[in-house]
Amino acid sequence: MRAFLPALGIALTAALPSTSAQQTATIDPARVEATVKSAFPTAPADWQSRLTPDETMRQCSAHRNNPPKAVFDAIQAREKATIQYPADGKFLGDWKKGEALAQSGFGLRFTDYPPGNRTNGGNCYACHQVTKQEVSYGTIGPSLLAYGQVRKFTEADAKAVYEKIYNANAAFPCSLMPRFGANKVLTIEQIKDAVALLMSPDSPVNK
Amino acid sequence: MTLKQTLFASLLAAAALVPMASAQDAETEKAIEKYRQMLKADPWSNPGLLDADRGEALWSTPRGPKNVSLEQCDLGKGPGKLDGAFAELPRYFADADAIMDLETRLLWCMEKLQGFKRADLVNKPHPAGGQPVKELGAIATHVATKSQGMKFAAKLDHPKGEAAVALGEALFMRRSGPFDFACATCHANDGRRIRLQGLPFLSNPDAARKVIGEWPAYRVSSTHVMTMQHRLYDCYWQMRMPELELGSDASVALIAYLVGKAEGGEISAPSIKR
Repeated sequence: MRAFLPALGIALTAALPSTSAQQTATIDPARVEATVKSAFPTAPADWQSRLTPDETMRQCSAHRNNPPKAVFDAIQAREKATIQYPADGKFLGDWKKGEALAQSGFGLRFTDYPPGNRTNGGNCYACHQVTKQEVSYGTIGPSLLAYGQVRKFTEADAKAVYEKIYNANAAFPCSLMPRFGANKVLTIEQIKDAVALLMSPDSPVNK
Repeated sequence: MTLKQTLFASLLAAAALVPMASAQDAETEKAIEKYRQMLKADPWSNPGLLDADRGEALWSTPRGPKNVSLEQCDLGKGPGKLDGAFAELPRYFADADAIMDLETRLLWCMEKLQGFKRADLVNKPHPAGGQPVKELGAIATHVATKSQGMKFAAKLDHPKGEAAVALGEALFMRRSGPFDFACATCHANDGRRIRLQGLPFLSNPDAARKVIGEWPAYRVSSTHVMTMQHRLYDCYWQMRMPELELGSDASVALIAYLVGKAEGGEISAPSIKR
């Protein structure tokens, strides 16, 4: 049944709110935090950190994902510093594994607790069109069809998309896309597999 | 076709649709839309009405440690007065000195009038897939049907009501958890989908008026009635947050915010949902 309710997932580029989202009333930030703290009484000890946004998310929420330039620049610098690169210097893994993780929404839900051996998915299809073969895709993020082809499969673009998946806020502050590497949703190896899905000439993305 | 036959056919149709969960076929959406239209064409065939009936019986049955019914429960229009009560919720209740949505108020009545323990009522309050909605949700479904065809006019003008709406808005926009999600991540734009599922732009009154009054709704995919509190709980599950407590201030605030956006929208609960 859960599979039918497609999991929220991956990747959004610079998705900005389409309305001005004017604030209608002010509310004490301390009250918001206290309300959240009391709303999830069964949260296990190792999930407590989920209740409190880090500085980047706090700034993004406060500015409705549309921060002024100084904040934008500060977020970008902070988030760029989190990116860890593959030890072997290669950005492309196995596109078949990438396709599998693009389909999977498994992981990090309270029904997946405590975590076992099964690896987390990236759930790319929840938000992106990725291959022509998969017609069940979301539209929160842009289509990724022919992603590598239109970029002529360059090394620089492989590195850029690795960084984007690792930390979307480094590429574009307050992006709606999760910071998959920085938040330990996906491993470096998994991110390489996702990069291969987008950047390999033999991937269905580019066929 | 008798009601029983229609219900049976509907349930069979629902059962047939469930295995298509991961089907990558736009035909799925078309088939479900056709099923929805069939249910709308014959409103008595909505399986959620069975839960509304169950809720009606539960309302007037003496239950709980105090062995009393809920007939003295005041949902805002006086003890036992249900007609139009849902359309004015959430609202301020002086006896609790709090803003409450329908389910939170029922929780309060079940605790204060019937003597149930709150801890028991909020422990696993929502049904698993394939299981029927629990007692509180069935009663909520019954109460909602008593406002069918009316328009949302929540009594949120109390200072605590205004504060709840502002708090709800802050929560709607607040990003946290390992995916950095807020409600607004998915529900602050028009025409977006997650996989094949359309995402309503809930901070936009035009969109909120169309969908908020559909809850509690019968969900084809999980074959049970899902209440608004359950809907929010399931959103937080997707957001990789912990379990949202039924009746928590956060849940009431979010419902106040959403119903405030939906003011003037028609109540059609229980509706039928994918």
